[in-house]
Amino acid sequence: MAFIEVKNLSYAYGGEGDSPVYALNNLSFEIEKGEYVAILGHNGSGKSTFAKLLTMVIDDYDYLSGNIYVDGVDILSEDISEDEIFELRKRVGMVFQNPDNQLVATVVEEDVAFGPENLGIERSEIRRRVDEALQTVGMTKYAKHEPHRLSGGQKQRVAIAGIIAMMPECMIFDESTAMLDPMGRREVISTVEKLNRESGITTINITHYMDEAARADRIIVFNNGSVILKGTPKEVFAQSEIMRAAGLDLPQCIDLAEKLKKNGVALKGDITNPYQCAEAVAAALKDK
Amino acid sequence: MNIALGQYYPSKSVMHRLDPRMKFILAIVYIVAGFVCKNVLSFALLLVSTLLLIIISRIPIKTVLGSIKAILFIMIFTAIINIFLSTGEGDPLFEWRFIKIYESGLYNAGFIVIRIFAMIIGASIFLTYTTTPIQLTDAIERLFSPLKVLRVPVHEFAMMMTIALRFIPTIVEETEKIMAAQKARGANFSEGSVFKRIKALIPIIIPLFVSAFRRAGDLATAMTCRCYRGGKGRTRMTVLKLKVRDFAALALMVAFVAGIVVINIVNIGYTMN
Repeated sequence: MAFIEVKNLSYAYGGEGDSPVYALNNLSFEIEKGEYVAILGHNGSGKSTFAKLLTMVIDDYDYLSGNIYVDGVDILSEDISEDEIFELRKRVGMVFQNPDNQLVATVVEEDVAFGPENLGIERSEIRRRVDEALQTVGMTKYAKHEPHRLSGGQKQRVAIAGIIAMMPECMIFDESTAMLDPMGRREVISTVEKLNRESGITTINITHYMDEAARADRIIVFNNGSVILKGTPKEVFAQSEIMRAAGLDLPQCIDLAEKLKKNGVALKGDITNPYQCAEAVAAALKDK
Repeated sequence: MNIALGQYYPSKSVMHRLDPRMKFILAIVYIVAGFVCKNVLSFALLLVSTLLLIIISRIPIKTVLGSIKAILFIMIFTAIINIFLSTGEGDPLFEWRFIKIYESGLYNAGFIVIRIFAMIIGASIFLTYTTTPIQLTDAIERLFSPLKVLRVPVHEFAMMMTIALRFIPTIVEETEKIMAAQKARGANFSEGSVFKRIKALIPIIIPLFVSAFRRAGDLATAMTCRCYRGGKGRTRMTVLKLKVRDFAALALMVAFVAGIVVINIVNIGYTMN
């Protein structure tokens, strides 16, 4: 069984009047342990609703059907106990969009300690985890700083450290780079990838940036609450028509390769990032 | 942007390094000492002790004078009331129609001024000049934690304080942004009658509230996701530990109060009733 298994999941918000507004429509997919998956979709495609369901922070379950299994436990079941939810939250961490609205303490290291403190971990162990987490995200230097003096990217890295310190098996990033400048985005994405590669943390990056999605092992594309595509970045980006119909632009390098192809220049090899693209273009120029 | 929270004056003095819980207790004892004082000598001692506190905590006189400004009116007002309304024994020093000034009035006025000065400056040195708001919150949570038995939500109050302190700079920043945005749309906050100016603030306050509530919702979700479920079963990374200097400070304070009590009993000079 996969680590996260979504089965026929539908969800609707109460909406105005009687008709519920469906945000998710019969979703089914699986995410394996240790995988790096990007969930791609434009605004209103249902990707954030899915994240909320996965972390059990929705309190209105009126229009819900289907299941989400995390390591075999049905997290949406009605008779799930408080303790089971607590255990699951320990294993699945979430980093949100707005870096300001998820930091609790007035000192960076105190904030990183917040999660482990909630878990009731022993003092010396919290200290060790906090130092390690700050090291991992490269924020050791700022341990005693006040969060509001940090840049967006730094704040977001502190938020990530706060989750790592709880030692989850899976981390969800809900548009965590959407409010950052290009520098901050790079910092955060490289931290996310490092965590996935080195610590084997299952990573779900919910985003609308193509270039971020292109770096994942697998992409799941949401549109109007349904999964319209899933597969490796190469497989997904090959379906340019479907992507465009869903209001998603292809990454620039893939777009370029496609346009070149239309004009009679076929680039060879995988083209999912700018470096591969540059090399392929260079090779094509040489051949000419 | 640099927002000074309270009046904290960063330094590495002994006073700054004292345990915040001890400083909280010392502040209370010091205020009590201010009330205990009765005669010329004890008030003199009180005044000297306050000056000593200022020196020990290495706070510039300028900063202290700045906060005296805030209480100057109260000091002058109570002094005047005491001078004119005190009726003492013997002949008045000065008499003009219905105004009579007695020697005791002058003494009382001086005492009251010293008392207000010592209590406010003393308490500020212990609690705000040398203690950050977050240390103070922490101290209060730990000092009052026995009240949890009586179902007083000590942890919850401390958490609320912490979050408030965390978000003050964020919200100040946001206020500036909203003001700039409204100014760009032609809002005018600095002209017109008081009523007009207050009205001009509405377009700032409403968006600020809306966003504060959204932030609160987001933060609550984030805290839930980080396994927060109140103070129960929670551990802390940093634990306050009383050191030798904390007990030394307490001993000094006890000696000080004892000294004042003794001086009161000995009764030297004019005594306040």
